[in-house]
Amino acid sequence: MAPARFGQSELGAVATMAWRATARAFRMNATTSIGAIALLIIVLSALLAPWIAPYDPLEQNILESLQPSSALHWLGTDYYGRDTLSRILYGARLSLLIGLLSILLAVVVGTLIGLVSGYFGGKLDIVIMQVMDVILAFPSLILGLILVAMLGASVTNLILAIAFTAIPAFARIARAPTIALREREFVQAGRALGYSDSRIMFRHLLPNIVPDVLVMASLWMATAVRVEASLAFIGLSVAPPTPTWGGMVREGFENILDSYALALFPSLAVLILVLALNLIGDGLRDAIDPNLRTES
Amino acid sequence: MTAFILKRIGFAVITLFAVLTLVFFIVRVLPGDPASVVLGDQASAASIEAMRQKLGLDQPMVFQYLDFLGGVVRGDWGVSMATGRPVVAEVLNVLPYTIELTVAALILGLAFGVPMGIWAAVNRNRIPDYLTRIVSLLGLSAPAFVSAVILLLLFAIQFRWFPVISSGQDTSLGGKLRDLALPAVNLGLIMAAYITRVTRSAMLEVLSQDYVRTARAKGVPNNVVVWRHAFRNSLIPVVTVVGLYLGILIGNSVLTEIVFNRPGLGKLIVGALGQRDYTMLQGMMVIYTFIVVVVNLLTDLVYGLVDPRVQYR
Repeated sequence: MAPARFGQSELGAVATMAWRATARAFRMNATTSIGAIALLIIVLSALLAPWIAPYDPLEQNILESLQPSSALHWLGTDYYGRDTLSRILYGARLSLLIGLLSILLAVVVGTLIGLVSGYFGGKLDIVIMQVMDVILAFPSLILGLILVAMLGASVTNLILAIAFTAIPAFARIARAPTIALREREFVQAGRALGYSDSRIMFRHLLPNIVPDVLVMASLWMATAVRVEASLAFIGLSVAPPTPTWGGMVREGFENILDSYALALFPSLAVLILVLALNLIGDGLRDAIDPNLRTES
Repeated sequence: MTAFILKRIGFAVITLFAVLTLVFFIVRVLPGDPASVVLGDQASAASIEAMRQKLGLDQPMVFQYLDFLGGVVRGDWGVSMATGRPVVAEVLNVLPYTIELTVAALILGLAFGVPMGIWAAVNRNRIPDYLTRIVSLLGLSAPAFVSAVILLLLFAIQFRWFPVISSGQDTSLGGKLRDLALPAVNLGLIMAAYITRVTRSAMLEVLSQDYVRTARAKGVPNNVVVWRHAFRNSLIPVVTVVGLYLGILIGNSVLTEIVFNRPGLGKLIVGALGQRDYTMLQGMMVIYTFIVVVVNLLTDLVYGLVDPRVQYR
């Protein structure tokens, strides 16, 4: 992989690498495109929810409690007579927001930790990676659950807790190529020219790490969405009546004998979003390492 | 081999110690004074102070830490704030249910995942490969509560083959199996999805090795090549990954236990969360840490058994 061209801004180089990998992924694989289309639809419905949702997601109508699918309510209504379709459309916002921001935070912090740890090496590296392994050893759902329970359930805390569980993965994925590249000629040339460590790290090493991090990010965003939904299902998410997919499944599950639709449709929504993100992640990985081809 | 085992055990003890320290500080550092949380908003300053003393929160942090570590070693994990019973007793009470579920899921996962992975690898880039790829991706995308709800809708409500809410009272073998079936299938399918992917990639790697080509060239039947030459060597990554995915299995067992209303660690921890039972939560984290570290240790050791080269490292 070519090092970033001199004079290009960090951001520009990072964006170029990211763009190339993504473009390759879509040229190669039909399933990646299916994932991307599904994700696009979900993102659009989340953004356009106020305009396309047939009802107010919070509007209760006890006369229409637990209705099956009909022309009026395509996906039926819940116990309070709220329209399930509208709630799913609005619920997508929270899933996407928390998934995206938590992984963004984990990417920034984790990559920074991995880059520094790998670049400087030595004792610092050993200690940092030991801490990361310890966090990674813990089941992410359990760790997230305890953190959210203690911090209190709010959007910010959910993002922080999920990001915390994902940071070690990004530290590791950023560290490996950093160590491999550290001794390469272009880095040594930079040192000989008297570049500062931070300039070498951010301008010359970082762009080469981006593809790996990108794959990891889309796969971990799938995990983040899954963990958020799971926490909401357990009851650790934004307080009702705000619609969350996990919370809707929970409510549907409590009324499962009266109406199957209530538990089924939000379940499918979670499944489709996570699947779409995983398909994209798989495709990106194939694009970056053609030898691997959807290997785990 | 002995040196290898000792080294691994030493490493496990260090990890355990590190995680216990992390657990201690997570519980202490996070906002919210346990004493005032237990007593509620209306509690007087005096009763909060009394509760802090009872919980040992008035002691310096160092003493609390040593006390905590000593307690963990002695098997004294404190008393549940909610039930007043020892945390260890509560945990041991439900642990067999979770182990039962996890082992059953693991067996199912291996029984389906390994053959499917081999089938996919042997038929690379043909229909069986695409089929297993889609199915396994679906399996690892489904959060455990989603698949559990779908299984429940299908087999308990639509077909009525299994009870919707298992009583847990039926202690006969048949009754126990009936209660275990759907939760185990739920967890097992997720496990199978992961195992399929790993087995496939491990098999693909081994099948491209020179010695496999040599075996084929000298006329060894395909069956023998796949099972004797390739499969045994692909076991190593499979074993490691099964160990690595234990965390996913544990997380998913929490959700599975909730949906199927099964007693176990998952229901215990969620109950403790609802009641703000800090000692119980701390104890749960300790037990989860134990499980993760012990399984990682076992994984390392099995790794050594499956791959004779490991002991020379």
